[in-house]
This record gives sequence, structure tokens and C-alpha cells, in this order.
Amino acid sequence: MTDQRLKRLGLALAAPALALVAAFLITSLVLVVAGDSVGGVWGQILSIPEARGLTNIVNSATVYYLSGVAVAIGFRMNLFNIGVDGQYRVASFAAAVVAGEAWLPGWLNTAAAILAAMLVGAAWAGIAGLLRVTRGVSEVISTIMLNAIATALVAFLLRKAAVDDPGSNITATKEIPEGSRIPGFTLFPGAPNQVYGFVFIAIVVGVVYWLVINKTRFGFDLRATGLSETAAVASGIDVKKMILVSMLLSGAAAGLVGLPILFGEAFAYGSTFQSGLGFAGIAIALLGRNHPVGIALGALLFAFLDEQSNPLQIVQDVSPDIVKITQGVIVLTVVIAYEVVRRYGVRLEQRQVAAALDAERRTGSTSKEVTG
Amino acid sequence: MTTSVPDGTTNPETGDVVVRLRGIGKTFPGVIANHDIDIDVRRGTVHAIVGENGAGKSTLMKILYGVQKPDSGTIEIHGRPVDLGSPSDAIGAGVGMVFQHFMLADNFTVLENVVLGAEKLHGIGDAARAEIRRLSEAYGLDVDPDVLVEDLGVGARQRIEILKVLYRGASVIILDEPTAVLVPQEVDELFDNLRELKAEGLAVIFISHKLDEVLSVADTVTVVRRGTTVDTRPAAGVTSRQLAELMVGSELPSPSTETSTVTDQPVLEVRDLTLPAPTAGLAGTGGRPLLSDVDLTIHRGEILGVAGVEGNGQAELVEAIMGMRPGATGSVRLFGADLGGLSTRRRREAGIGYIPEDRHRHALLLDAPLWENRVLGHQTREPNVSGPFIDRKGARTDTQRIVEEYDVRTPGIDVLARALSGGNQQKLIIGREMTGEPSLLVAAHPTRGVDVGAQAAIWDHIKRARRDGLAVLLISADLDELIGLSDTIRVILRGRLVPGAFDPATVTPQQLGSAMTGAGDDAAGDVA
Repeated sequence: MTDQRLKRLGLALAAPALALVAAFLITSLVLVVAGDSVGGVWGQILSIPEARGLTNIVNSATVYYLSGVAVAIGFRMNLFNIGVDGQYRVASFAAAVVAGEAWLPGWLNTAAAILAAMLVGAAWAGIAGLLRVTRGVSEVISTIMLNAIATALVAFLLRKAAVDDPGSNITATKEIPEGSRIPGFTLFPGAPNQVYGFVFIAIVVGVVYWLVINKTRFGFDLRATGLSETAAVASGIDVKKMILVSMLLSGAAAGLVGLPILFGEAFAYGSTFQSGLGFAGIAIALLGRNHPVGIALGALLFAFLDEQSNPLQIVQDVSPDIVKITQGVIVLTVVIAYEVVRRYGVRLEQRQVAAALDAERRTGSTSKEVTG
Repeated sequence: MTTSVPDGTTNPETGDVVVRLRGIGKTFPGVIANHDIDIDVRRGTVHAIVGENGAGKSTLMKILYGVQKPDSGTIEIHGRPVDLGSPSDAIGAGVGMVFQHFMLADNFTVLENVVLGAEKLHGIGDAARAEIRRLSEAYGLDVDPDVLVEDLGVGARQRIEILKVLYRGASVIILDEPTAVLVPQEVDELFDNLRELKAEGLAVIFISHKLDEVLSVADTVTVVRRGTTVDTRPAAGVTSRQLAELMVGSELPSPSTETSTVTDQPVLEVRDLTLPAPTAGLAGTGGRPLLSDVDLTIHRGEILGVAGVEGNGQAELVEAIMGMRPGATGSVRLFGADLGGLSTRRRREAGIGYIPEDRHRHALLLDAPLWENRVLGHQTREPNVSGPFIDRKGARTDTQRIVEEYDVRTPGIDVLARALSGGNQQKLIIGREMTGEPSLLVAAHPTRGVDVGAQAAIWDHIKRARRDGLAVLLISADLDELIGLSDTIRVILRGRLVPGAFDPATVTPQQLGSAMTGAGDDAAGDVA
């Protein structure tokens, strides 16, 4: 019966391929309408990056990956955690304060900061989870609002926690001491920059995500609730508890999103800390079909497009924002393509089931109906 | 061909043929839904189309109502060949359909519901009101155009649906399983209406699988089996037994119970089970509790059947016993141990098997493979788990066993549950819930929407488990099933059990019907 599973895998791969081709065509159309050079733009975007670019791609993919996993945890349960953006900013700030204060020495300090980030991220998402469970507030609404609150809260706290640096007008937390940073390494020979050491933590997160969702009882309950809440209730799953727990887990994963940057590059949380990573996570989780490997591929694709579009302004006199259009279109086409492929798959399977049963009926001597 | 009698009624053998279907065929991927269908429906007759679930009746009617296009064959209406691409084409040709599930807006009046989408015919005001009154009187439908639909009962709503069709000028009316939602008394009223319709010269196509009803109202009966018409006979010369055998094409299964296996050891004891209305004073419920003071006991080896018109608390009773209704008060005991406060999962673990009423919503993950559906509801028990992990191998092996023992027709256990037919889905569910030696089975409509073959198999499984000492709470809308399987029958009405048990050996569907509607038992509501 691995035949069925192979077929399902093939269909699963067909959808994103279809979506990418469609996105490619639509972006080309936009370029044509705008009077830009289609060949030139794609030539730049699809060129082979240099070692420095490759390192950048891996680094931003690491960040995107964590964001994608955080969103995917919610998606597996039909929870739309739009608040990853706010969660990771609150969490990164908390981690920066803990790591900057350095109450513990060296690596212990790092571990404490990571833990703090996960706890704060979980707590921030947990607010939305609690509101949903106790008051029925849609997590879509509450997480969006919590994003806005997170922005204001972090700005407010940053003032309090910021160190005064008379030579600069950047407001930032205390720098993380050298011994508590996560060192990078050179992955691509000749690159002037280094890949974040945090990439390993991201890989561990992916493995744990896969293991918990696919192999454990808890993961089964989570997926079952996502597939059918009513069936989950009847099967004895405490759906409210599952909602709360998965919001907490999603928030904990979201708490990690900003940390590769914090521990590998910025070493402090300042007013210029990168924002908007949570929204990219939504698109990447969709693109990757909530699958740990799929999300990784989606994160790499988005990071690749970002990196490759940077020189467009100089080289082709086209705004790099064209890539944002491509990314947006990918999300739309992916959603459509998955639905199309899903329907096709169901039809295919029903046909196979019917055909198999027909054959059985013809060979067997049974007179019972099987097309109920 | 033209021998209509002045009063409109027609000889079923020779009257004008208003609908003529020839060689209709329709194929879905892998399934031949219809082939070589030949039917003549005559003016002024009630023409019944009978067949078991899945025989192809619904597809056929969808073709005649323009919802689906046939792959082959011709349709003639009033002697003209027609090509029905949509329901509006069908209405234009004079064919109207009343679906099993009503399509009425509760917060609209009858008038508003009737004119909705047909505003051009008589406007939306007094002209329309007058037309509704005229139709209502002409066909004895007793419909008041100015009452709100939400204040009406099921029978009245069905008459509105019929009136909607007449209002749009239909001369051929298709009724899809119209009696499924009615109690016996309402069925009689419906049949009186149908006789009025045919007396006025309309043709009524009546789809059903309840043969006694068919024979009491139809002039002609066409039997559909495995997608094709196997025979058409005048109702006058045929018995329900003959029809049933034509439908099944073999000997009939019947749910007759064997010798009693009831013991005196109580398995389930329910006392004073009460479930308050969700929000007191909510429109429609009037704050009446969903369940009031329900007492029942089921012993080892006993099947307790609960009859009732849908919506009288059966679903709530089942869910309260399963621990899915937090507001329930009173006690539920399993082998004397109080289940109060236990979660649904703990109750299942304590030995309750559960066959929910709506298998798609409550019993299956449609987009998950069969073996994962085997785990559902049993995800804390052997052989599905080892420690905190799902035991994939154990679950798959056991799914294979269920597929074989319960004759689930599937090419494998990796297919999605969605791909199976209803009967096979249900057999998988029964197999799952019978696994792990439950001491109590809560079965809500276990054979609803499954074909006759699966139905007989499911009955056999329940009977066998009963012999082995299983206690069963059986909820069913099929009175024959209840009478055939149960050791004791109780009736539920407005959230209360009607006092006194019925003996399935002596009770008739009519007696149960009276109890279900509260007719002839005025005090029932107050005594319980």
C-alpha cells in the first residue's frame, strides 16, 4: 500500500511546483505591463549567488524557518496565529534584556535568555489562547491586536531598559557579553560573512516539530482537532486544552524567531531590530504545507528571492519590491494549487477505490452492494 | 394514449405520459450511478421510485431536476424532448423538486419564502398572497401566507415546500424521501395532500425506501437496483415483500431479535439526568430543558432502544452520557461507578463504545487514512500507542484486522476515509468501537444512510456483541430497526422519557408514533 502514499507524495509536490510556475508567469506579466525587462529581471534573480549571498540566504532562511514552524503549529490545529510578529519582538526584547544583564555566566546566560524568549513568546500567544478558550474571541483578531500592543509595549520598555550611549542616537539594550553570543561558522568557502550558529537550533526545532506532530499521541490529538474539531470532541480530546497548549507552543517557537539575529549579529535589541518576520512565516508555512521539510524549502526560497532582488535597483533599474509581488502571488497560487490538487487527489482515490472494488466484485461471487 | 377522465385522475396504465426517460446513464469516476433507466410517469398519478441507499435514485432525480446532466439517454416532458442544464430549466419545463432537507428561511414568513426567487411571477405583495391562498385551497395544503416559518412544525414546512413548487407552475413534483422527517400521523396527512395533487392532474414522483408507505400512496412503482430500473409495476398487484426482493435482488435481511440475553446485572444506570437549555429564553427553545429527569437502566446483554422524533433530546442524551455536555446534572453510573465529572476520554476508557449519529462530523477524520481513523477515540489504548508515542505498526495491523473481520471494502488502509462509501465507513467505525471489549455501546442511528448489505452486517455485529454480554443504548429513527433489535423500547419526547417501556414483541409503529408525538397521552409531559 506504499503505492498510495507515493502517489500522495507526488501530488503534494505537484502543487507547489504548479504554484511557482503560475507565480513566475504572473510576475512576468506585471513586468511586461510595467515596461521592465522581463529577461533582465529574471536573469538577475535566477543567477547563481556568490558565497556572501549564499550565507545571507541561509541566515535569513533560518529566521524564516523558525517563523514558519511557529505559524505551522497553529495551522495544524486550524489556529491562525497571525501574532508571531508581535510574539517574537516581545520575546527577542526579553531575551536581549536577560542576555545583556548577564546574571549567569557564559553559555548558561545564553540558555537562560533562550528560555526567557520562549516563555515570553508563549505567554504573549497564551493571552490569545486564553481569550479564545474562555471568551470565544477569535485568535485572528486577538493576535493582530496583540501585535500592535507588542509594538507599543516594546517601545515603552526599551526606553526604560536602554543604555545611554552619548555617541549614538540608536536606542538599544545592553550588549550581550562576548561569552554568551552564539558563534557563526563559514559554510561557503571564501565568504566574508558567517552562517548563524543558531541554524542548528532551528534544525533541532524542525526535528522536534516533526516528531511531536507526527509520532506522538499529543501530535495525533493536535492533528485530529485540526482535521475535525467535532470528531475530536467525540473521540475524547479536550479541545479547549489543545487550543491553549498549541497557542503556547506556537508562541514558544515564535519566541525563537528573532534570536538568530540577536545572538549572531545584532547582540542587542534596538529600535532598528528587524520586524515583519512573523508575516513572512505565514506565507512560508502555507507554501511548505506545514511540513518540516516543506517549510525549510519555502524559507530558503523566500530568502533566495529576497537576497537576489537586492541588486535589482542598481543592475536593472527595477525596484526590488517586484519580489514582494512574486512572494505574494506565490502565496495565493499555492493556496489555489493545493486545493485543486487536493480535489484531484480525492477524485483519483475514489476512482481507485471504486475500481478496486469493481474488480473484486467481478472476481468474487458476492452479491452485496458496495456503492452505498 | 389520451384517456384522461374528466375529474383528472388517470388510469395508471394508459394516461398521458408527462415524463418519459429513455436509456438514461450517468457515470462518475469509477462508479456507474445510472445506466439504461427507462421510466414513464403518467399524468394524475403518484409514481414511486424505490431502491436501497446507493441504488441510484438520487442521481436519477438530480438528472431530472437539472442538477446533473446525463451522459446518455433522452428526457421528454409533455412529449417534448428537453435538455435540462440547470434546475431553472427544469422548473421552466414544469418539473419541481422538494428536497429531503428543507430550504426555508426560518425568520421569513411563508409568503416571503414562497416568493423568494420567484418575485417576477406575482410580485411580493397581495397578488402573491392571493395566489398562495388559491393554491393552498385548491390542493388542501392549509398554508397561511403570513405566519413565520420558525413557528411551524415539520409537516407544515414540507407543505410550504410543495407550495413553493406549485407556485412556480410545476406539473411534475419530485419528492425525495419526504416521509423521513415525519411521524406516522404526519405521513398520513402528506399522503392526503398527494392524493389532492394527483386528483388535480399533477404527476408526483415519490422517492422512498419505505415500502409500506409506497404501497399505500403510489399508483405505480418502479424499482431501481444498482443504477438501473429493474421493474415497473402497478402498486395494486404487488406486495412489499416482492418489492423488497426486487430492490435487494436476493433474500431480505431482517433485524429480528433471537432469544433474550438480558441479565439482571445493570451496566448503565442513569438517574435524574437533566440538561438545562443553553440560554434560557432563546427563541425557539423557550428555556425548556434539553433533558429533564431522565432515568434509565441497561443490563448486560440488553439492547435498550430509544424512539423519538428527531430533536427531542436523543442527541443530548447520548452526548450527556458520553460526557460531552458540561451542564448536565444527575448521575450516570457504569457498573455502579459514577462517571460524573469524567471526561469523554475517561468514559471511553472505562469501556463505552460510541457510534455517533453523524459519522462525517463526529466519527471520522475524512482527510486522514483509515489506520489513523482506527486510532481516533482510542488514542490512549493498546494497540495504538506505546508510551507517549503512537504505535503506528500496532495500529496498522489492527486496522487490517478490522477491515477483514468487519468486511470493510477498501483496497487498503492508507486510503482516506473520504474515499469509502458510507456503509464501509460505518463498518470501520463499528469495528473500531467494538474493539477493546466495551461493556456499553452507545449507538446513535448505526445504520443511517448505509446500504442493505452493510445494514444487515451491522445488525449482526450488534446482536453478536449482545449475546456476549454487551449492553447497548440504541437510538434510531427507523422504527423497524428499533423493534427488531431492542429488548426494551423507551420513547423520548421533549427531553423526557415517556413513562413506561414498550415491549418490542407487541408494540406497533403506530403506537410508538403516538407516544413520540404525545398524542393520546396528554399527561405524559407532566408525569415523567
